Amino acid sequence: MIKKKTGKWVNKDLLGLEYLTKEDIELLLDTAVSFREILDRKIKKVPALRGKTVVNLFYEPSTRTRVSFEVAAKRLSADVINIAVESSSVKKGETLNDTGKNIEALKADIIVVRHNCSGAATMLGRNVNISVINAGDGWHEHPTQALLDMFTLRKKLGKLEGLNVSIVGDIAHSRVARSNIWGLTKFGANVTVCAPKILIPPGIEKMGVKITDNIDDALSSADAINVLRMQFERDDMKAFPSQLEYFKNFGITEERLRKAKKDIIIMHPGPINRGVEISSEVADGTNSVILEQVTNGIAIRMAVLFWVSQVRDKEVKNEINY
Amino acid sequence: MPLKQVFTKEEIERTITRISHEIIENNKGVKGLVIIGIRTRGYILAERIAKVINDLYGTKLDVGALDITFYRDDLSAISEQPVIHNTEIDFDIENKNIILIDDVLYTGRTIRCALDAIIDFGRPRTIQLAVLIDRGHRELPIKADYVGKNIPTSQKEIVQVKLQEIDNEDSVTLEEIEDDKEEDGKVG
Repeated sequence: MIKKKTGKWVNKDLLGLEYLTKEDIELLLDTAVSFREILDRKIKKVPALRGKTVVNLFYEPSTRTRVSFEVAAKRLSADVINIAVESSSVKKGETLNDTGKNIEALKADIIVVRHNCSGAATMLGRNVNISVINAGDGWHEHPTQALLDMFTLRKKLGKLEGLNVSIVGDIAHSRVARSNIWGLTKFGANVTVCAPKILIPPGIEKMGVKITDNIDDALSSADAINVLRMQFERDDMKAFPSQLEYFKNFGITEERLRKAKKDIIIMHPGPINRGVEISSEVADGTNSVILEQVTNGIAIRMAVLFWVSQVRDKEVKNEINY
Repeated sequence: MPLKQVFTKEEIERTITRISHEIIENNKGVKGLVIIGIRTRGYILAERIAKVINDLYGTKLDVGALDITFYRDDLSAISEQPVIHNTEIDFDIENKNIILIDDVLYTGRTIRCALDAIIDFGRPRTIQLAVLIDRGHRELPIKADYVGKNIPTSQKEIVQVKLQEIDNEDSVTLEEIEDDKEEDGKVG
């Protein structure tokens, strides 16, 4: 019953899974198991971050991730401040670094940042002494989403080693895909990415994944699939044929799943587009863990908030170099 | 550093049996009794005490495990990274008589955390504290209802409890801390 936990947490920030060791990730996943239990209690709150202030700084629209971080911080008894960029000084031309410095001067302890530029969180982390958590930066990484996907997989299947995981959808624009690839490959999972050829970024095979543009291939041996949202609202997607055509060729339907493993796990980071990348029957079906992912996400974000707040010597800057 | 033996295997066994009987005597039976042990060694003692009572009365007492890491107020002061275990209390504690069990009672801060944690699960009728060793030096007004043994210690000493289930032996020893070694952050 007593599990030996390894990994000494030394990271001031959580910027991406690329920069974490397998032991770091394991520590976060194990800690989230303890926090997951708290979410089922009558009083869903512990005092671990009492007196700390968490600032949500979101430059891109987000409901799920922001609310999840807010709930997580509140379950840890932290105070939470949400900065909606539309109504902040950013509109008056303040830079990300200046905003960060001001949040630091306001004596906050942790900034959760989402930004449309890849590398934004890393830059912010270098420039402030308080902790920075990346809640998604451009096409780069979305580490807490990948962590919650891995947590859900491990909870369902008991391990990550040797699992066949297929990621289906817009790989090119997906930070969720990149973080999942970094994380899963560190645990020895076999990752396949599946998308129309124009949505597969060149060089992705260097991350240690298999590539296919045939959905049946991606499904045939998969223990789990992670279905990404098709971001048809993007300008550079205008060249893409219709949503219906995508659904025909790549949509996850009951018929397609008949050829897959019977107990295949269906994940989706949300928000789902029914009838575009996934059918309603599959999204609501017994193989789907989409809503469990949402609950698990709170536990993962609690674990991340907890560990970055434990790093005392904040003067040690993150030493990540691109 | 010289080790001083406090408890042998047989003494630990006898003490657990004696505390089990005291619990039954004090509560006038086993009705409404549940046992919660503090991770790690308090939980092992909780299971042993539950077994003694179950064998005597043919009961099947609920036994829970409590991890108090998230309730500590000294996380920023301890030198070592905390090890987080799971809390497993999958029964209702409302109106129950809870026997809270830990291996060593020292400053009382661990028990303060445990009381806070238990209250988050509901409102028990009573919480009674049982410890294998009470070594004194309380910093909070906390007192055990059942004590295996009182040991006068200096704050330079460490009480080392070893239990078969995880340490491959049953023993309690007293050890002096070396000067260059800080205490390992256990709040006792």
